[in-house]
Amino acid sequence: MNILAIDTSNYVMGVAVVKNGVVAGEYITNIKKNHSIRLMPAIDQVMKETGTVPEDLDRIAVAHGPGSYTGVRIGMTTAKTMAWTLGIPVVGVSSLEAVARQGVFFNGYVCPFFDARRGLVYTGLYDSQMELVKEETNVLMEEWLHQLKALRKPVLFLSQDMHVHESMIRDILGDKAWIPDGPYQYARPSIIAQVGETMNPDPLHELVPNYLRIPEAEAKWLEQQGKK
Amino acid sequence: MSNDQYILAIETSCDETAVAIVKNERELIANVVASQIESHKRFGGVVPEIASRHHIEQITITLEEALQQSGLTMDDMDAIAVTEGPGLVGALLVGVNAAKSIAFANQKPLVGVHHIAGHIYANRLEKEFEFPLLSLVVSGGHTELILMKEHGSFEVIGETRDDAAGEAYDKVARTLKLPYPGGPQIDRLAAEGEVTIDFPRAWLENGSYDFSFSGLKSAVINRLHNAKQKGEVLRNEDVAASFQESVVDVLSTKAYQAAKEYGVKQMIVAGGVAANKGLRAALQEKFEDLDTELLIPPLHLCTDNAAMIAAAGAVAYNQGHRAGWDLNANPGLDLEMYGARKRPE
Ligand SMILES: [Zn+2]
Repeated sequence: MNILAIDTSNYVMGVAVVKNGVVAGEYITNIKKNHSIRLMPAIDQVMKETGTVPEDLDRIAVAHGPGSYTGVRIGMTTAKTMAWTLGIPVVGVSSLEAVARQGVFFNGYVCPFFDARRGLVYTGLYDSQMELVKEETNVLMEEWLHQLKALRKPVLFLSQDMHVHESMIRDILGDKAWIPDGPYQYARPSIIAQVGETMNPDPLHELVPNYLRIPEAEAKWLEQQGKK
Repeated sequence: MSNDQYILAIETSCDETAVAIVKNERELIANVVASQIESHKRFGGVVPEIASRHHIEQITITLEEALQQSGLTMDDMDAIAVTEGPGLVGALLVGVNAAKSIAFANQKPLVGVHHIAGHIYANRLEKEFEFPLLSLVVSGGHTELILMKEHGSFEVIGETRDDAAGEAYDKVARTLKLPYPGGPQIDRLAAEGEVTIDFPRAWLENGSYDFSFSGLKSAVINRLHNAKQKGEVLRNEDVAASFQESVVDVLSTKAYQAAKEYGVKQMIVAGGVAANKGLRAALQEKFEDLDTELLIPPLHLCTDNAAMIAAAGAVAYNQGHRAGWDLNANPGLDLEMYGARKRPE
């Protein structure tokens, strides 16, 4: 099976072509530059260099969030529309799980997270079988860290935004916190392809980002409805 | 092989997810518009993030419907056109990335289109252009007079210095507590009312084709406020009629003067406010004694749609315009600069 994997859900942008389980090509950047400008040229390059034409693809796997709303939509729109026009299945893979799998050999819990500003993070907790121990959520990091501390187990933290939260993690978790070096902190698109290969395809038209948060205007509106 | 040319276009600049297919630059063969208006009503206006979310929910459904309507396949398309700006950036991004994906997967040329060029070209689906022509573009975001001497060239001879006409409509409608979108509501009320209030008209300097509607908007709000304080009862119908009279007077008079000065063969009315019955009537009356042909598109081509993007995109494509895989959404895309882009020899 030939899979194209796409991830633009956060600053890290990834594109991979995986052919029958072999990673034929993988492209990752971790720079604050526009995904909309750079995604299709990256796909074009990885496809060309791996000798892949669009008709060769059997499936597209895409990071479906959480992350930047706009970022997630760029990758999802691309994956969904390309799968639709090629008549092939598309699967959405959790952006957090993609990062968590970098810690698959860790003996303990794995906590991937993305900074969501104002002290908030998108996060979830995985065991070493990559099963969710705590559901993906949008939560205050401080509150979340106290929940993890109560589990009394080693936790591996993985995030492109480590610098924002590292000191608080060490403060609260102490020696239960494990923080690896840079190369382990980013999602790899080939992992998204690997996860996406075994999953059941999503009904194409219904595939939408997993934002983990309703828009601000909607939250305010709901609040007003509640007051009435 | 047939010699017919087909352009598929996508438009997602605001709150409509739209896909259309146009044959040989002027023949509309599929036109699908998924409107989000019901979803935004509760907020009294378009919420950008919610618009973007709806676009990604609708995009492939809309594409599929358009192909089904046309009875064609992607293989039949000669190029993919898409609105690259102006508009809401998050909303535009869904269309731009969808268009790039289709073009890439099917190895088709890609063409970026200016939204206002689209509004003007909507008319070409009804009637062939004769140059020079002028276009009065009036919508929620635009009030402009644009001179075209040939295909693909746009010269802005007048534009609003503050609010767009459609914006003034929406604000007045909100003050009158009319449901969103307010423009059509005011138009409807105006038809039942009488011009009883003499609201100001901003003519600006002599010979200027620019517009200004913020003073008028404030005048309406102040008048309503004063009436309320004095316990005076103003009929909404009369306020709407008086306000509309003032807007339509300025728009139609400036359009008329510009048409005379530039000796244009056609005057094209474009944009959402072109659906306004009061404006249509005033323009028809004014232009009666001119040789200029007045063109106002049918309602479904006035509001945002992708047919207009396909019509403008087809011309751009045939003039040699091509976008690369790095095409981006451009929320502030300038019309004159878009028209002046260098075309390949
Ligand atoms: Zn428009």
